[in-house]
Amino acid sequence: MKAFYVMILALKVVNHVRIHKHPILDFPEKKVIHFTFNGQPQIGHEGDTIASALHALGFKELSKSIHHKRARGFYCAIGNCGSCHMRVNHVSNIKTCITPLEEGMIVELEEGLGRIT
Amino acid sequence: MNQREVIIIGSGPAGLSAAGILLRAGAHVAMFERSPLIGGQLIKQTHKFFGSQKQYAKTRGYDIAKKLYRDIEAYQDHFELHLEATVVAIYPDRVISVYRQGVYQKYQAQAIIIATGASERLLSFPNNDLPGIYGAGAVQTLMNLYGVLPGKNAVMVGSGNIGLIVSYQMMQAGVNVKAVLEAAPNIGGYKVHASKLRRLGVPIMTQTTVKRAIGMTAIEAIETIRLDEKWQPIEDTETTIPIDTLCISVGLTPMHQLLSMAGAEMRYISELGGCVPHMSSAHETSIRNIFACGDVTGIEEASSAIVEGQFIGLIVSERLGYALEGYHLLKHECTTELGILRCGPFGEKIRLGQQKLKGGSSCSND
Ligand SMILES: Cc1cc2nc3c(=O)[nH]c(=O)nc-3n(C[C@H](O)[C@H](O)[C@H](O)COP(=O)(O)OP(=O)(O)OC[C@H]3O[C@@H](n4cnc5c(N)ncnc54)[C@H](O)[C@@H]3O)c2cc1C
Ligand code: FES
Repeated sequence: MKAFYVMILALKVVNHVRIHKHPILDFPEKKVIHFTFNGQPQIGHEGDTIASALHALGFKELSKSIHHKRARGFYCAIGNCGSCHMRVNHVSNIKTCITPLEEGMIVELEEGLGRIT
Repeated sequence: MNQREVIIIGSGPAGLSAAGILLRAGAHVAMFERSPLIGGQLIKQTHKFFGSQKQYAKTRGYDIAKKLYRDIEAYQDHFELHLEATVVAIYPDRVISVYRQGVYQKYQAQAIIIATGASERLLSFPNNDLPGIYGAGAVQTLMNLYGVLPGKNAVMVGSGNIGLIVSYQMMQAGVNVKAVLEAAPNIGGYKVHASKLRRLGVPIMTQTTVKRAIGMTAIEAIETIRLDEKWQPIEDTETTIPIDTLCISVGLTPMHQLLSMAGAEMRYISELGGCVPHMSSAHETSIRNIFACGDVTGIEEASSAIVEGQFIGLIVSERLGYALEGYHLLKHECTTELGILRCGPFGEKIRLGQQKLKGGSSCSND
């Protein structure tokens, strides 16, 4: 019976993409931030970037390549590669890996080249 | 146009150390950092650093960043920090253009220090653009800064120190690292890091590389292949490993773009990681009053980035007419310290690279 509970616990930890237990770092519960992704309401945490919040929710595709429309995801996380360009609050080509998530943000996948507004 | 005395681009150990000295000398410093956080590579590093005691060895990376920042915090009235501010252009008359939250602004300074660090190299193989394939540094950022796991099952490509350390950190965070692949016959990084992984049962497969990634909208598996002594693939040695995370750690290359844009004379030196500025012994580029320090002048370590930053802080403070107490002694100490850091077998590549830099062929600005 004990083993069964340990198994369920292990499954719970493994299934979660947010880190809760870490030998060196502390990840305390943080304030919840509401935003939308492609029109759907979503929840992130204070301290997230847009890309880290989407990743934690399981959305790995952040953009599409311009010519072949291939799926592109998080790659460098420091604003170098452009693989995470998205439309944020109706502005194109925002590097979501270095942009902090804010309450009420409207995040969308970009189709083709971004529009200059 | 906004006028400033000294502008520092990048808040890694090099930029922070330069700022520390300049502020102590009495100069006004404006620092621009594109990330929302200060500290460059250091902030995501949870391991204890190697190197000499003077450069905070045995201290965890993020604690080194805190210490360096504490040194400059005391000078708030002389120090201006711009976060989430990317320098997107630079001109030879020491003008920069900064992009911050939809707004572009121009600044001019009497001296500019470029400390933009490095970026991770890519590796080419079919489907290398699938989501779920990341630079090792990105995985470190995701886990250690944002507390998010990259996936459940991972393979690391590259067994240098970064590849080994990030693999270990993935295991610490709860990711199952199935293997570390290394194309060369030997493990690239320090033995201690490799042993820590081996103790956790992670195989380090030498003379093995990625043949291709498999998946449609995200990575589902990789096919590995063995290499012979001449780095040629050996037929019928393919193995498929199902994974959702592939980390690429095949070296860093200096972020030379701003230097190239300013028109500084650049050289391609493979030992230093790529395109680096040709500099005087005072670390001044071919453009007067534009200086560079840290990984952007050649891939090294935080320890040398700290000393280089201090050294340039001294040079620039003197150039601007500040007389810092103990200037000559401090300068001498920096030079000696850099010499010590670069001696020994691990400094050989840097020494060779620096020799080549003095006489090497120039590289095109791309
Ligand atoms: C996993 C790992 C482990 C390591 N372990 C060790 C170790 O044990 N010991 C050791 O001594 N070293 C270690 N290092 C190396 C060390 O972290 C680097 O050598 C050091 O951080 C380089 O410092 P830097 O200041 O030159 O650059 P960075 O730390 O890279 O900082 C550059 C900064 O510039 C900013 N920037 C870049 N372009 C722009 C722009 N256009 N506008 C505004 N800002 C910009 C970046 O966002 C960044 O914050 C390790 C590195 C890694 C990745
Ligand atoms: S992931 Fe590379 S710029 Fe954002």
